[in-house]
Amino acid sequence: MTEIIRLTAAEIAAKVQAREVSAVEVAQAHLDRIGAVDQAVHAFLHVDTERALQAAKAVDEDVAAGRPAASPLAGVPLALKDVLTMQGAPTTCGSKTLEGWQPPYDATVTTRLLAAGVVILGKTNMDEFAMGSSTENSAFGPTRNPWDLDRIPGGSGGGSSAALAAFEAPLAIGTDTGGSIRQPGSVTGTVGVKPTYGTVSRYGLVAFSSSLDQAGPCARTVLDAALLHEVIAGHDPLDSTSIDTPVPPVVAAAREGANGDLSGVRVGVVTQFAGDGYQPGVSAAFDAAVAQLRDLGAEIVEVSCPSFDLALPAYYLIAPSEASSNLARFDAMRYGLRIGDDGTHSAEEVMSLTRAAGFGAEVKRRIILGTYALSAGYYDAYYGSAQKVRTLIMRDFEAAFAKVDVLVSPTTPTTAFKIGERADDPMAMYKADLCTIPSNLAGNAALSVPCGLSEDDGLPVGLQIMSPALQDHRGYRVAAAYEAARDAAQGGPLIHRVPELEVAH
Amino acid sequence: MPSISRDEVAHLARLARLAVTEAELDLFAGQLDQIVQAVAQVGQVADQDIPPTSHAVPLTNVFRRDLVRPGLTQQQALAAAPAAEDGRFRVPRILGEEA
Repeated sequence: MTEIIRLTAAEIAAKVQAREVSAVEVAQAHLDRIGAVDQAVHAFLHVDTERALQAAKAVDEDVAAGRPAASPLAGVPLALKDVLTMQGAPTTCGSKTLEGWQPPYDATVTTRLLAAGVVILGKTNMDEFAMGSSTENSAFGPTRNPWDLDRIPGGSGGGSSAALAAFEAPLAIGTDTGGSIRQPGSVTGTVGVKPTYGTVSRYGLVAFSSSLDQAGPCARTVLDAALLHEVIAGHDPLDSTSIDTPVPPVVAAAREGANGDLSGVRVGVVTQFAGDGYQPGVSAAFDAAVAQLRDLGAEIVEVSCPSFDLALPAYYLIAPSEASSNLARFDAMRYGLRIGDDGTHSAEEVMSLTRAAGFGAEVKRRIILGTYALSAGYYDAYYGSAQKVRTLIMRDFEAAFAKVDVLVSPTTPTTAFKIGERADDPMAMYKADLCTIPSNLAGNAALSVPCGLSEDDGLPVGLQIMSPALQDHRGYRVAAAYEAARDAAQGGPLIHRVPELEVAH
Repeated sequence: MPSISRDEVAHLARLARLAVTEAELDLFAGQLDQIVQAVAQVGQVADQDIPPTSHAVPLTNVFRRDLVRPGLTQQQALAAAPAAEDGRFRVPRILGEEA
């Protein structure tokens, strides 16, 4: 039998239902893998061994009793980003501020996963409060990229992407505010999806930038991502921005796409996302992917979205502004860290001392930047203008989607960079999200699917596919068709070319 | 070009209730100046008559039925408190000495 940890989620679920393997064996195999490689990778901040095995046992009992599966993913292990709450385990958001914090309620995403019989293995590392593109901003140390342990696994969801690429879990949950699911997917050779804003509940997702934050599925195949998407998506009255509409048929689209026919599909190549600043190997892999789509029958056209050039500056005003307001809740009074409460300091002083000790440099920079952008006298020039840019970006998408069904670009301009390489240069770090940000600002669906290895450094490259709001299934169809053709051309899944990790005994 | 001074960064940190060290001020002032210069590009649309977008999904008021449902118990609410006393959050003094 194929080694359990190398199976896809869909394969695991089928084998569990067919009693070829028990869910407990599957969970144990992944827990063993975490024990063997996570010291080197550091994808997890918390491993929930006992409850994972209990959840797996419950799935096995359902199978033994002949009860129908709770979902198509019953018994499949998953790694949960540490920005979503789950009772009985700490939720830290990668911050000293929340070290050891036990949330008193479950996120809706967590509730849905548990109800679906998904086995949650633990909580994954991330840039502090999801601010970053490398996972180096975690207060608990960086996560390493399984393709090259000296390199970053992307961010902010680097723990989730690394867990997939290290075969520690076949599924993971990420959150994407400016690219934090897609960019980590791109640099680790895994699939990452940002669903349409409002289609996955934000209840229990610790807020960074509320108008942009969106949780979504991460996996090693397009079909697995789609199966997870349907488990976590859907209207939630506990999130006032949740859209009350049926979940787009993403699983059906992934299955349809796998047939490999894209005749009649119009694909637009965004002309703004090429040229200077793009690594040659990334551009070459992207061009080859576009040629592949053409071979599958898609019609390829170039589409100009001029306002996308202003997306990055607009994002770095809107997101920090919202963050400066959201993170005001960490005031050292009701939960989290408290420093300096010695009877001599006032509440305000304790607040300042606690926030100074509890937040890392990037979080402080963004709070200060957001406070600046929202200040009287600057508001119109900065925040107000950024909101106008947001309108222009939505108009560009609208015009583009009148001509094409999906838009494509590289997911990020480079492959995984070295740990430390951009740590002292915030603007260089921010540019990792250049291509992913427009879909956050406009709220539409977008995903990243691996598109080969860069010829200049042998590291994974991602193809970004953007779809209109609530048309998430379009991207899944194109991604699944591309994935099937890529695997056929390259003699098997890209992720199986990740180097073997040294296993600790 | 816009710029942000070290004093301005110190003032903003105070507004945001962040105690920053001298070394952090030196570092952040330079970095934030570079970031502000980059994001100031959005100013090219400042004079244009474009409606602002605050949210990707047009929001209207969202109501739910006014039903009683359980919230956190006192014990749950206080479980993660940095300090609690007599079933309440204990906080440092909120008024200055001269008050």
